[in-house]
Parts: sequence; structure tokens; C-alpha cells
Amino acid sequence: MSEFSAFITSPWGSVLAIAAMTLVTFLCRIGGVVLMSHVRITPRVERGLRALPGSIILATILPVALDNGFPALITLGAAIAVMALTRIDLLGLAAGLGTLSVIRALL
Amino acid sequence: MSSSPRPFFSLAGLRHGARAALPAFPGFVMFAAAFGTAAAQKGLSLAEAMGLSAFVYAGASQMVGLEIWQQVWTHTTILTIMTVTAVVNSRMILLGATLQPWLRHEPLARSALNLFLITEAGWLIGTRYHNEGGRDVGVLLGTGLVLWLVWQIATIVGFFAGALVPEPKRFGLDFVMPIFFSVMLVPLWKGPRTALPWLVAGFVSFVVHALVPGYGFIIAGALAGVIAGMLIE
Repeated sequence: MSEFSAFITSPWGSVLAIAAMTLVTFLCRIGGVVLMSHVRITPRVERGLRALPGSIILATILPVALDNGFPALITLGAAIAVMALTRIDLLGLAAGLGTLSVIRALL
Repeated sequence: MSSSPRPFFSLAGLRHGARAALPAFPGFVMFAAAFGTAAAQKGLSLAEAMGLSAFVYAGASQMVGLEIWQQVWTHTTILTIMTVTAVVNSRMILLGATLQPWLRHEPLARSALNLFLITEAGWLIGTRYHNEGGRDVGVLLGTGLVLWLVWQIATIVGFFAGALVPEPKRFGLDFVMPIFFSVMLVPLWKGPRTALPWLVAGFVSFVVHALVPGYGFIIAGALAGVIAGMLIE
């Protein structure tokens, strides 16, 4: 054990930290696939999975958007509107970035 | 779903995926460059910063990892960084869950690589392609490979030139990830009923974000959305 302690406290400790982070992250990455290969995909489960992409997006951006107030909401609104009209993702992205820089230049 | 075509893999798909990844570039460049800059300021070596970007390859956990990074490691600090990383990245379990039907017939090694390269942005691009009827697994891998490469380059640039980058706020670039996410929401829209679980997800995430520190709000909201989706006929 003491050899192991010496190893951890040496510069190799960083390698070990990165390896540990890599391992648990990879387990998270494969975990869902492994799990679902043992679950029967009923219509109910399928509905749940179908709701996931939009749910992750809302769960990620809504708190950030509300924290940042009106400029953020108008920015995201502009990006969504342009994307809905054109269906070109790069244009939606540009509209969002453009709107936010204009708002910030004016404020 | 049962009538959908069988998944396959092609090199043309790899190229298609690489091109489809383009809208995620600005967000990846900004985030990885910010990480590289923060890593250099924290005193990490280039090898350590690149090791995190190349192998862990998950932005939020890399940033949180920096906060608890040590000059000299102990059993406890290794265990801490491992646990915190697992908590921050646990939401990736959900991403994989939706990919399982698509990857079911893939060779194990290629699936392992594909999943190693999974990020939320790449997954959203792949999900959009899959929802539009695409079944070429090469698209997912092409997106993953290109985004990984962008992440590495931007980490190096941030590490060495972070201080030289002019105010990203002026161009709204600090907000580019939320903008990209909201753009990717549009093709998922299939009428108001599809959006009901999303509202549940947003509400739960907002409440958890207000009450609990850390990144738990994302997985809490996402899980709430999945459960709502299962309950709503």
C-alpha cells in the first residue's frame, strides 16, 4: 500500500486522476446502451426516450436563459425563429449570435 | 419504429457526419479554449490539459475537475475527482439509452469508439439525422471524430493563447452553446403535444437549479421529461 501511496503522490498522480476521470466518464457513456440492451422497449419506454432530446435541451438552457434575463430570451427566440423559418442550423446560430451582439452593443 | 430501415455503416456517412457537425464548432471552440486557458492559469502542464481533453472529453466535468485539481494527489482527492466526474457526467447515461436501438447491430469495438466520442452536441446532431429517417451509424461517428478533433485543437489554442482572445462577450460567443441547443430544438418539434414533457423538464430543471448547487439540474430535468413522456399518452 505504501508503494501505491508513493505512486499517487508522485507526478504520476495526475495520470491516475485523468485515468480515473476517463474510466467513470466512459462508463457513463456506455451505461445507457448496456442498460437498454437489457430492457424491453415497450411503447411507453419508447415515448419516454423520444421525449429525452427536447427535455435535455430545455433542462440545459432554460435555467441559463432565465438567469440572463431578457437579452438571453430574445436571443434564443431569434435563433429558434430563424431556424423554424429556414431549417438551416447555421443561419439559426448566426441569428442568435447576431441578436445578442446587437443587444449588448446597444445596452 | 418497427418499419424503419435497418442500421448500417458507410464511409459516405462519415463524411456526411463530419459536415453536419459544423454548427457545433463555435460552441466547442469557445468551451475548449476556455478550458485550455483555465487549465494554464491553474498551473496544469500541457500534457495534463490535453490528457483531460483527449480522454475525459466532457466539458463540464473538465471544468469542475480543474476546481479540485491537485499538485500532489492522495487517495482521497483521486476518489473525490472520480466521484464528482461521475455525478457531472451521469446525464450521458441517458444519451446512450436513446442510441441503443441504432447501435444494436454494430461491432463492439466501433460502438465503443462511437460512445467514447459521444457529447450532447454530437448526440443532438445524430438524433436529428436519425429522426429524419437516417440509419447510417457512420454519420454519428463522423460527427464524433470531427468534434473531438476541434476540441483538442481549441484546448491547445486556449492553453497558449487564452489571454490573447478578445472579449468573446462582445460577439455573444459566451452564449453560443445555449443558442446551438435552442436551434437543435426546432427539428424535434412535432406539435404541442411533443413539447409537453419538455416543459416539465424545463420547470423541474429550473427549480432544482434554484435550490441545489452544481450541475444536477440537467439530469433532474431530463429525467422528469422522460417520465412525463412515458406518462402522457
